Amino acid sequence: MGVNPLAYTLQQVRKVYGQRQVLAIEELHIHHGEIFCLVGPNGAGKSTLLRLLNFIEPPTSGQIFFDGQPVNGHTPLSLRRRVTTVFQRPILLSGTVEQNVAYGLRLRGVPDALAKAHAVLERVGLAELARVAAKTLSGGEAQRVALARAIVLEPEVLLLDEPTANLDPYNGALIEQIIAELNRERGTTLVLVTHNIFQAKRLAHRVALLLGGECVEVAPAERFFSAPNDPRAAAFVRGEMVF
Amino acid sequence: MTAVQVIWEGFGQALRLLGSGDPQVWRVVWLTLRVSGTALLISALLGVPLGSLLALKRFCGQRPVVALLYTGMGLPPVVVGLGVYLLLSRNGPLGSWGWLFTPRAMILAQVIISLPLVAGFTMSSVMGVDANLRQQLRALGASDRQATWTILREARSGVIVSLVAGLGSIISEVGAVMLVGGNIEGSTRVLTTAIVLETRKGNFELAIALSLILLALTLAANAAMLSLQGRRAWE
Repeated sequence: MGVNPLAYTLQQVRKVYGQRQVLAIEELHIHHGEIFCLVGPNGAGKSTLLRLLNFIEPPTSGQIFFDGQPVNGHTPLSLRRRVTTVFQRPILLSGTVEQNVAYGLRLRGVPDALAKAHAVLERVGLAELARVAAKTLSGGEAQRVALARAIVLEPEVLLLDEPTANLDPYNGALIEQIIAELNRERGTTLVLVTHNIFQAKRLAHRVALLLGGECVEVAPAERFFSAPNDPRAAAFVRGEMVF
Repeated sequence: MTAVQVIWEGFGQALRLLGSGDPQVWRVVWLTLRVSGTALLISALLGVPLGSLLALKRFCGQRPVVALLYTGMGLPPVVVGLGVYLLLSRNGPLGSWGWLFTPRAMILAQVIISLPLVAGFTMSSVMGVDANLRQQLRALGASDRQATWTILREARSGVIVSLVAGLGSIISEVGAVMLVGGNIEGSTRVLTTAIVLETRKGNFELAIALSLILLALTLAANAAMLSLQGRRAWE
């Protein structure tokens, strides 16, 4: 995967809220077309990093490059629209499922938004719920709708924040299958935050361990799980508590 | 005549008055709708953006503005009437406008009464939308303006309630319009002031008839606004 061009480069990126530093990454590269998993305990800064990668928030200091170009405080809309996120707790809008899925397309003025939404709903197995009120869906269905409304946009980079947390095994496996296909068929770059080591093993090309906002290990998945360099990564892989 | 008979007679008279097309009654009804409708429109045009701004933005001096707004939500209409009266009276700071005892004065008083309600309820409803929604909308590619518009759409039920509350506070209000309008026949007489006048004169049937018309108007206006709540987000 390393031969693909770089999607992101992070250099000395810090994120501070009030007096609290939640992220301190010296250097990190994410390549186009790879599935990059971020693992780590709660509060490690994984979700904060995703917000930075989606240009929702700027870093407090340091530099993020996207496609080799520095990304500064005010990110142009055209750049933001190349990246999207599926959140752990997606908020669906009032209206029907198909309207929710078509939302991002309509923001972009894409014609036939509803038809495109239907095609994606078919893919995530929710075609029969297209006209159902989105607020009435179960957690698993809502998560699939959130995934559908992200992938219908055909982003270059898809950021996923624990997309299978709190889902039953069937829904979890379905979402894993969809995102793996997305990477294989379209070459979509995926950055996946997960607590599930097995999920990271199944999906990731490369894995990074975040601890206390710092990136303590970045390695190809096979090496990360078999012979990590950092002892904390080794402990994490063994399922031990690390901080 | 017993009270029940008076009420029944009032019902009958209300129907007769509406059916007969009595120009005097229709003039009162029309002025009521014009004054309260205009006041509500102005309150909505100012109050919905103000409430949204207070809910969505943080700025210096916001807390006193919100405190002022909450105080305004409980303003006694008669006090507002007195204030507007003093403002517009011949020797008042705006006396030169010549608005006192005109529908404009009544509209001004009603705007002061309903604006805090519209802005306050709008603020609450927009604040009630999940705080993480903006972030998620931005992640889907919404511009700031698109995200704000979507958040307002998500809060639209509450915004409509704010308009219902605003209308309710002014269409049935009598103290302020009586003070600044003067209840002048053919000029500033609205349903509420007419009801007060007819009751004082002992014309209970007519007072009841006018009350029923007022109730019907309020019901129709609220039903029209509440029907908007059923609309879908993208319509």
